[in-house]
Amino acid sequence: MPINYYIFLSLALFAIGMIGVLTRRNAIIIFMCVELMLNAVNLLLVAFSKMHYLSAGSPFSTAGTDGQLFVFFIMVVAAAEVSVGLAIIVMMYRNIHSVDVNFLNRLKH
Amino acid sequence: MKNVLQLAYLIPLFPLLGFLINGLGRNKLSKGVIGTIGSGAILASFIVSLILFFQVKGGNTEVVNYFNFISVGNLSIPFAFQIDQLSSIFLLIITGVGFLIHVYSTSYMHDEKPEHFARYFAYLNLFVFSMLLLVMGANFVIMFIGWEGVGLCSYLLIGFWFKKPEYNKAASKAFIMNRIGDLAFLIALFWLIGKVGSVSFTEVFSAEGLAKLSTTDITVITLLLFVGATGKSAQIPLYTWLPDAMAGPTPVSALIHAATMVTAGIYMIARSNVLYSLAPDVLNIIAWVGLATALLAASIALKQNDIKKVLAYSTVSQLGFMFLALGTGAYGAAVFHVMTHAFFKALMFLGSGSVIHAMGGEQDIRKMGGLSKKMPVTFWTFVIGCVAIAGIPPLSGFFSKDAILLSAYAKSPVMYGIALFAALLTAFYMFRLLFITFTGKFRGTHEQEHHLHESPKAMTLPLIVLAILSVIGGFVGVPAVLGGSDELIHFLSPVIAIAEGHHISHTTEYILMGLSTVLVLGMVLGAWVIYKNYKEKENTGFAKVLENKWYVDELYDTIIVKPLKVLADFLNNIFDKKVVDGLVNGVGRLVNYGGRQFRWIQSGQVGSYVLLMVVSILLIFVVQFFLRK
Repeated sequence: MPINYYIFLSLALFAIGMIGVLTRRNAIIIFMCVELMLNAVNLLLVAFSKMHYLSAGSPFSTAGTDGQLFVFFIMVVAAAEVSVGLAIIVMMYRNIHSVDVNFLNRLKH
Repeated sequence: MKNVLQLAYLIPLFPLLGFLINGLGRNKLSKGVIGTIGSGAILASFIVSLILFFQVKGGNTEVVNYFNFISVGNLSIPFAFQIDQLSSIFLLIITGVGFLIHVYSTSYMHDEKPEHFARYFAYLNLFVFSMLLLVMGANFVIMFIGWEGVGLCSYLLIGFWFKKPEYNKAASKAFIMNRIGDLAFLIALFWLIGKVGSVSFTEVFSAEGLAKLSTTDITVITLLLFVGATGKSAQIPLYTWLPDAMAGPTPVSALIHAATMVTAGIYMIARSNVLYSLAPDVLNIIAWVGLATALLAASIALKQNDIKKVLAYSTVSQLGFMFLALGTGAYGAAVFHVMTHAFFKALMFLGSGSVIHAMGGEQDIRKMGGLSKKMPVTFWTFVIGCVAIAGIPPLSGFFSKDAILLSAYAKSPVMYGIALFAALLTAFYMFRLLFITFTGKFRGTHEQEHHLHESPKAMTLPLIVLAILSVIGGFVGVPAVLGGSDELIHFLSPVIAIAEGHHISHTTEYILMGLSTVLVLGMVLGAWVIYKNYKEKENTGFAKVLENKWYVDELYDTIIVKPLKVLADFLNNIFDKKVVDGLVNGVGRLVNYGGRQFRWIQSGQVGSYVLLMVVSILLIFVVQFFLRK
């Protein structure tokens, strides 16, 4: 498949995620949108990695493998982030009985 | 030991050790120990200097390399001492006269507290150490270290009695005046490094070294070095510090004025004579500056009433003579005069110290008089000093001054006339000083009269030794016409080329010598008639101008110090308070104001932050897109 397809899919996923973060007030949904954006980037990385893989012609070439490496990093970081993020949301619900981020403006004062 | 000259490092080492021991042990050592260490260190240096001198006399000269001092890029400056005819003569003068002054000091400074006594001797030793470094250094950098060390020590010693504010001012004045000269020296140094790539005397003065310098370079370098010399050696326009340097203890004045410090400039120019001979314009300037200084200082000395001030201006005047000699190309005569001057000027300063000691600290000659009966040794040695400096044959001053006058005559009769006039003034003011101080009636208080006494042995012995040296010191340079052979000049000839024979017939030489001798004797007689029974009276008219030193200090105060103070006031009150402070406060206020204006952005709404972030990132992308070329 041409690389363009992957790029457009990733862009679409990223845009959806971003719009979600910007417009939604529910903390859990914002959280899921962030994950969506991360995965869009992962998809793009994997696609480019595949494109460059073996492009040097030699079976021993490592061209493109670093893209996959980054994907693993991002997945690990995302997993860590999920655990922390969800814990914060749980604490938030316990305190203000809501997951609406617009209630979280008290730092201002 | 293969070569005795390797021992040269011992010469500055002894005074340095003396400085360290006396400086660190000042609270524990007794006065006797301190004096012995201080004087002994210089004596040890003197003995080593003597050994080296006889080596050099036997034709053994060398540049002794010890270690690599500075090595940067292509420039390498060794820590090396140059032992040759010129430096060995200076070593003998410095350590010899310096030793006598140290011995004298043990008695003169005896009333000081032990820790101050030790401090005094520590400074004195450090001073001699710096001076030795200056004359022994085989390159301009080592010389500069000594040059600066001498400046520092003069500051410390002039301000030795630091509890009096005016003494501190005198010390600062000496230091600052010297700094002006030092700056010029430093620039000359960099210039040399830039052009020749070396500062060693042997390399700079060699044919290859000189080939790298254009005529302009040589002129600028020699001129800058000369400016440096005017600071150290107290020439116009930087001479005013030297009379003020009288604030220090009297033996210090003797040390500064006779053996060390002020001769540094002469030494430096004599050492660089190869360069100077290539810059006739600069030599002319030096000759005229020397002449003007000799005349100006001599005229001021005519009307001074402080015994040490008269001697101070006399020193400035004699230094002027030495620069005249340098300027007329008679480098050997200048070194000769440095030597004889070291003897008789040290003698007179120590003699004046003896007088001040007897008078209980009084320095005003108007309050003295008739001291000859009470202090015969001081009197007679002082007479010898006066006769020597006045240039009456056959004492040392006659020969050296005659050599200078002769070389001035060879250059131009006008110079000779002015120099002779200054020499006559010298005779007049020295004998004025002698007669006012030692003859006539005593004009001080009864208490002082009762207290009058001859100084102790430790003070009179150096006086006697110096008097003997003042009498015989001239015989090393008896000119050919008087049956001598100019031994000193010939001794120095490997370092200082003998000037081309000046075309003066022996008859002319005899006439000039006779003329100056007769005129000097006339001056002495005149001083005797006028001042044998001195009575105090108010100076008027021209005499008042002279008494106030031509108002040079006031002039400097008006044209340099006052404007600088106004500038400093402006910078302090207007520039610093308004502009600099305003700038700093303005930055603070701007940040404060900006913070208040942008406060609304921090709304606390998470959504708005994210939106801002996204918009900003997009903006950066857009900018990147257009800037990417």
